[in-house]
Amino acid sequence: MRDLFRTYPVEARLSVVLFLMILGLSLATDTFLTLGNITSLLNNNAVNLIWAVGLLVVLIAGGIDISFAVAASVVQYVAAQIFMGIGGGSWAIGFLVAAALGIGLGLVNALLIHGFRVISIVITIATFNAFFGLLMFFTKGRNIYNLPDWWTDRIFIFERQAPDGSWSELNLSVAVMLACVLATWALIRLTTLGRQLYAFGDNPEGARRSGVNIWQMQIVAFGWCGMMAGIGGLMQVNIAQEVVPNALYGRELDVLAAVVLGGARLGGGRGTVVGCILGVMFVAITQNGLNLLGISPFAFQMIIGAAILVAISSSNLSFQLWNRSRDTEARLKENAT
Amino acid sequence: MSLRERIHAVAGTETLPLLIFLGLVFLAFSLATPLFLTGANLRSMAFQMPVLGLLTLAMLVPILSGGLNLAIIYQANISGLALAWTLIQFGGPDAGIGAFILGVTLAVLVGALSGAVMGAVVAYVGAHPILVSLAMMIFLRGLGEFLTRGGDISGFPEFVNILGHGSLAGIPVPMIIFILAAIVWHIMLKRTRHGFSVYMVGSNIKASEYSGIHTRKTLVTIYAISGVICAIAGIVMAARFNSVRVGHGEALLLVTVLACFLGGIDPFGGFGRVLPVAIALIILQALSSGLNLIGANQHLSTAVWGLFLIAVMALRWVGLRWRSRQRKGT
Repeated sequence: MRDLFRTYPVEARLSVVLFLMILGLSLATDTFLTLGNITSLLNNNAVNLIWAVGLLVVLIAGGIDISFAVAASVVQYVAAQIFMGIGGGSWAIGFLVAAALGIGLGLVNALLIHGFRVISIVITIATFNAFFGLLMFFTKGRNIYNLPDWWTDRIFIFERQAPDGSWSELNLSVAVMLACVLATWALIRLTTLGRQLYAFGDNPEGARRSGVNIWQMQIVAFGWCGMMAGIGGLMQVNIAQEVVPNALYGRELDVLAAVVLGGARLGGGRGTVVGCILGVMFVAITQNGLNLLGISPFAFQMIIGAAILVAISSSNLSFQLWNRSRDTEARLKENAT
Repeated sequence: MSLRERIHAVAGTETLPLLIFLGLVFLAFSLATPLFLTGANLRSMAFQMPVLGLLTLAMLVPILSGGLNLAIIYQANISGLALAWTLIQFGGPDAGIGAFILGVTLAVLVGALSGAVMGAVVAYVGAHPILVSLAMMIFLRGLGEFLTRGGDISGFPEFVNILGHGSLAGIPVPMIIFILAAIVWHIMLKRTRHGFSVYMVGSNIKASEYSGIHTRKTLVTIYAISGVICAIAGIVMAARFNSVRVGHGEALLLVTVLACFLGGIDPFGGFGRVLPVAIALIILQALSSGLNLIGANQHLSTAVWGLFLIAVMALRWVGLRWRSRQRKGT
């Protein structure tokens, strides 16, 4: 237990906080711990988590991606045009097209970052503006409602009617989310490529000298993030039933906050899928809990912001006091980065 | 010393290429449309640029210190809200100059306080500035939405209008505010002890701490000052739009970062000057106004801004390779 706390301090702490929150909310409200609420929590946050694991890979590799949510919008729009062009399509084609378009946009980032040796925040802010501006310019801000049936049909992977007649169900996006989370976990935990990503993120020069292919790392990180962006975009349409060019604008910073809250370090080399899930869940459950407690929706963002601010302050502070005598060295090293 | 080297020594290596860029942009647009080089267009550019300019100055100092301040837009909004609230308390359109001064003081205090909190968390907790300012951004956005219920506050006295739309000796008042702020920024960074500390902290925070710079105090000051200039931007924004609304200027957030990088500020901190950033701002504004004049919409200029930054990065890279090859040759 102690080891768990020392190896994954943020994740362990966050799960304790989450557990307390869930406990408190279950006691305070009789609506929180119901199947209906839990399934709707999952449905509503599936897309965010898909993006979050994509972003996680970039963060582990020491980069940052601001452009993924806008890239998802571009994927949605272009994919809709392609489906119209080929007269329909299907889920299989949908995933292929969305993933391919997403990877393509991710590779644009990777190419620019690696080609011109510019840090990722500069390039992704530039591509953010370029993608979004071009998308709005070409679409003139128009929505698309006329989408293929398979894309907007509700597909449920789990349905159940409670005795009181209310339905609880999980939609397709949850299944896709599970697949994406598992695939990301496998990529960063089970493959050599994953180990190299951590090494590269932690110390790029050291990794390069020990034979890691830098170019390959950028392709994997940004390609993966782009692919997740595309798949998330595809699922978002399934949920929203329409393509709105500027609907996803601004989501990137919320997802980034959740991922970093889950222990991924800006600067690379640290971060876990579990932490990522916990970070997204923390934001989701805070919001859901406030909703159930009957607090004005206008106050949600304020409280979530304050909660994140407190979380980052405490996650760095009290642990230092706790372990001060034991690993002052490690703490100093951590602070230096 | 050649002329080029002398200019580099005085104004920094980024200034000359950016001035050439600026000249090219002006030339291209004045060839494309006769409307570009007219007094009316230049005036409207001078009215539009200052808000982005002030916000960019707010972004500049944290980037110089190796951080980032993603909360600037909402710091400006909240400060504007403080001013608007004070004015409304004193009768809205009938409020006197005293109420305005009180409101401005309050706005600056709110900006400085929100900045100082971020600075304190960054300095004393050691959390990453991107994350801290992101949390502050979400918090302030929520606070603003909570206070205004998502609506806007308007109804200011006549004289507030002067701040946004007036001219002094032919120069737009917002432009005068921006120029003054830029000069103050330049002096602060180049001539004061604090400015020196900012560059040192940005270059190597560990080394500066060991060499006796109070890095924590410096960091708190950096973000507090960034908050103050946000407040000024918020006041100018309120005067320009004649209303305060949370979310005004949201789209400018990443453009300020873009302007800083375009102006040659090192993304890792420690290097950069105010003058090239100011020129970069004029370039961005010229691109936006010029495209608008030839009939493209605002979104195309957003795209062009992004593409322009990529092009500049590419050219810098080419320049670097060219120079290193020359050095190898001799």
